[in-house]
Amino acid sequence: MQFHYRFSPAMLTSIIHRATGAAMATVGAILLVWWLAAIASGDAAYATFVDVFTTDRGNLNIVGYVVGIGLTWAVFQHMASGIRHLVMDTGAAFELKTNQLAARLTFVFSIAMTVLFWLWLGLK
Amino acid sequence: MSTELGRVRGYGSAHEGVHHWWHQKLTAGTNLLLMAWLLTSLAMLPAYDFATVRIWLGSAWAAIPMLLLIVSVVYHFRLGLQVAIEDYARMQSRFVSIVLLNVYAAAIAGVAIFSILKIAFGAAQ
Repeated sequence: MQFHYRFSPAMLTSIIHRATGAAMATVGAILLVWWLAAIASGDAAYATFVDVFTTDRGNLNIVGYVVGIGLTWAVFQHMASGIRHLVMDTGAAFELKTNQLAARLTFVFSIAMTVLFWLWLGLK
Repeated sequence: MSTELGRVRGYGSAHEGVHHWWHQKLTAGTNLLLMAWLLTSLAMLPAYDFATVRIWLGSAWAAIPMLLLIVSVVYHFRLGLQVAIEDYARMQSRFVSIVLLNVYAAAIAGVAIFSILKIAFGAAQ
């Protein structure tokens, strides 16, 4: 496969939009369904699910942090670039500077929201 | 009788008009609302043990938006992955990939909806 890309924030946003979408549609969807099925199934099945992501003391383990932070960042990033697409669907924000600025802002939004979300979980 | 616009609708290169693109946009909007609800609800939960989440999802206030979220998200990712497959796969591999995608989306939705209904209707575990 040959790539015809020159690096720019807009090009990175486009690739990341597809990558985060694909990751949520596979890893994210399967984990969400597993979580729902575990709650429906009962205490033992829920404990099996929780065990994968937590230590014996109940804190998140490395898998829990990587998957948890990874998926929340993917949600916020896909959300931000999706909103950018909705704006561009109206024909707006195609001017070069505005377009690249909006692409950069999607990363600012997703990183800020991920940090805030996990700070909230950690502090409450 | 139909107008000129009505006559040409659906005669693009895909022979099906713009409903794929439009449904992707509609579900993007509903995903935005429903994911905002889910993230807020999860953040507000007092704890994440079995009893707490079971009671939470047993309430209509959580079960109904969760059902709507599953329908919206699965339809959205089914449309999105279809576009990705069409970009990279050709001929037979494209055909097989699209069939598998539909089976996958149906399986995800089926298990999720059954689970939510089972919890919400208070079935024995």
